[in-house]
Amino acid sequence: MTGAVIPYDTKRRREVITPEGIALTFVVASRAARFGAFILDYLILTFGAVALTFLIAWVAGGLRALDGAATSGAGEFLGVSWTLAWFLAWNGYFIAFELGPRGATPGKRAAGIRVAARAAPGEGAARLTAEAVIARNLLRDIEFFMPVILLMSAPTGQTGAAGVAGALWFLGFMLFPFFNRDALRAGDVVAGTWVVEAPRPKLPQALSTAVGARGTSEVTGARYRFGDDDLAVYGEHELQTLERVLRDGNPAALASVHAAICRKIGWHPGAGDERAFLEAYYAQLRSRLEGGMRFGRRKADKFSN
Amino acid sequence: MSDLAPDAIEAAILRSDRFRLSREDDWRRLEQIVRRMETGRLRKLSDEDVLALPALYRTAASSLAVARETSLDAATIAWLESLVRRAWFQVYGPRQGFARWLAGFLGGGLSRAVRAIWPDILIALAVMIAGAVAGWLLVAQDQEWYWSLVPSQFTDTRVPGASREVLLQALGTESSAAGLSGFAAYLFQNNASVSILAFALGFAFGIPTLLILLKEMATLGAMLWLFAGQGLTLEFAAWLSVHGSTELFAILLAGAAGIHVGRSMAFPGKRALLPATAAAGRRAATVMAGVVLMLVVAAVLEAFARELVGQTWDRLLIGGAMLLFWLAYFFAFGRSASAADA
Repeated sequence: MTGAVIPYDTKRRREVITPEGIALTFVVASRAARFGAFILDYLILTFGAVALTFLIAWVAGGLRALDGAATSGAGEFLGVSWTLAWFLAWNGYFIAFELGPRGATPGKRAAGIRVAARAAPGEGAARLTAEAVIARNLLRDIEFFMPVILLMSAPTGQTGAAGVAGALWFLGFMLFPFFNRDALRAGDVVAGTWVVEAPRPKLPQALSTAVGARGTSEVTGARYRFGDDDLAVYGEHELQTLERVLRDGNPAALASVHAAICRKIGWHPGAGDERAFLEAYYAQLRSRLEGGMRFGRRKADKFSN
Repeated sequence: MSDLAPDAIEAAILRSDRFRLSREDDWRRLEQIVRRMETGRLRKLSDEDVLALPALYRTAASSLAVARETSLDAATIAWLESLVRRAWFQVYGPRQGFARWLAGFLGGGLSRAVRAIWPDILIALAVMIAGAVAGWLLVAQDQEWYWSLVPSQFTDTRVPGASREVLLQALGTESSAAGLSGFAAYLFQNNASVSILAFALGFAFGIPTLLILLKEMATLGAMLWLFAGQGLTLEFAAWLSVHGSTELFAILLAGAAGIHVGRSMAFPGKRALLPATAAAGRRAATVMAGVVLMLVVAAVLEAFARELVGQTWDRLLIGGAMLLFWLAYFFAFGRSASAADA
């Protein structure tokens, strides 16, 4: 990811205080990311189970060819292994991975999310326990497979009005995450957990070490010095947009931002030296805004004063 | 470690970037340690790294607090935020590992969790007894009920009107152990699924859990009526007790765990609904881990001990001993530890 500025949806941000008294920001995972992770995990599980079944069937076929008896001791052993492996995979896959140091299944890892203990309002952050992981996963089947089975069987009329009522009732479980702010499913409520984003960005370069930040262009040798009025037109929001453009380094974007700033502050834009100009403007604007912060003055964007 | 020139700090013209550059080496070291812990390669961590982790975490956290107040470098703050969060998960993560968890679980954690839900166990027990009585009474009044209460795969020979000999034969033993482990695996898988369902449905205020308990026990009551009609009550009880004392106990606990969750949702008491439910859920999950373990034991007993041990009194002895063992383990074991805990 080159755009190192992560566009967090402010609606999903939650501040949690750690035992040291530091405010950590958790971002509740989007429902789409969770659904994607869920699909991926079940694909992995299903393909794994099918592969295992074929493997066992293949070995069993070999056995039958050897001694002809389907209920031999070895054949029975294979049957037992298959039954237990199925149970373990179905119930243990999520528990084992979510108990790991990343708190995520392969699907969740791919979606960049993880399971964490939910902090009660007014209480500090809590650690994720084994009991919580077990609890949230024991509810998995009634939240998805029971509704799906009932929804498929209810319209056939075989089960009558009770089937329809059951389908509606279990649909409530399935849609539970859409009726609360933290997108909790029933398993999360029972376990005291939530699913949060777990991005792993790279530490980007410090922008003010770039040569252009000193105000002198390497290309033309021109010195860019901006007056107070030139810098006063923008706020933190525009600064961050500029930061993103500089970090992406897309020439077309650089040129258009360069033109926009020049128009705003009444400079006559040249061409070919956009980067040095923007680096200088960025450094001086940030210096001005950070100076203001030290005195408790903040300017959120170009509309605030 | 830093790939910057040594004069990079002087080269930075912004105060906030100089702050960042002077601490960057510590942050990067913390990130390396955290990354190795996340991939589970704990053995590759040196002792110094393990010792340095808490200090590095605190340094990074206070850097984050300072940066939020003094820096407008959004990318650096976002990176630092994610680093501190990742480090927090490792510093406060579940670091005991599976073996230590299991030791704590078997060495008293399970017993304490079971004792903590005793009111729910009493409720579940009452419902189960009511279910068995109801099953008996229903079948005693109208034999047609037998067919709806007892699942059809069990009705091979054990049907109303069957003779004493046929029923006795159904309680008989197998001559060898062949085929029994497959049976055991199937039984375990089936019973564990029913128990997990009984627990999970506790989320609906425990009502479906009660219905499952009633239904399962009504089946038992109907079968009890059938065997009692031919004067085989003791033989049936002995046949059932080998695995039944473990299995029924496990179903009792699974039902109680579901009721516990449902009850704390319906009546959270003085606490807020969500924390109360979560606390109950974690307690119940501990019990459920124990239930799965008990069902493994029950399946082994059912498939081997019951089919191979034929004498009524031997069967009663095994069943009774198992019941005593579970009672002692859950209600007498680890009492002093729980006093220290509370």
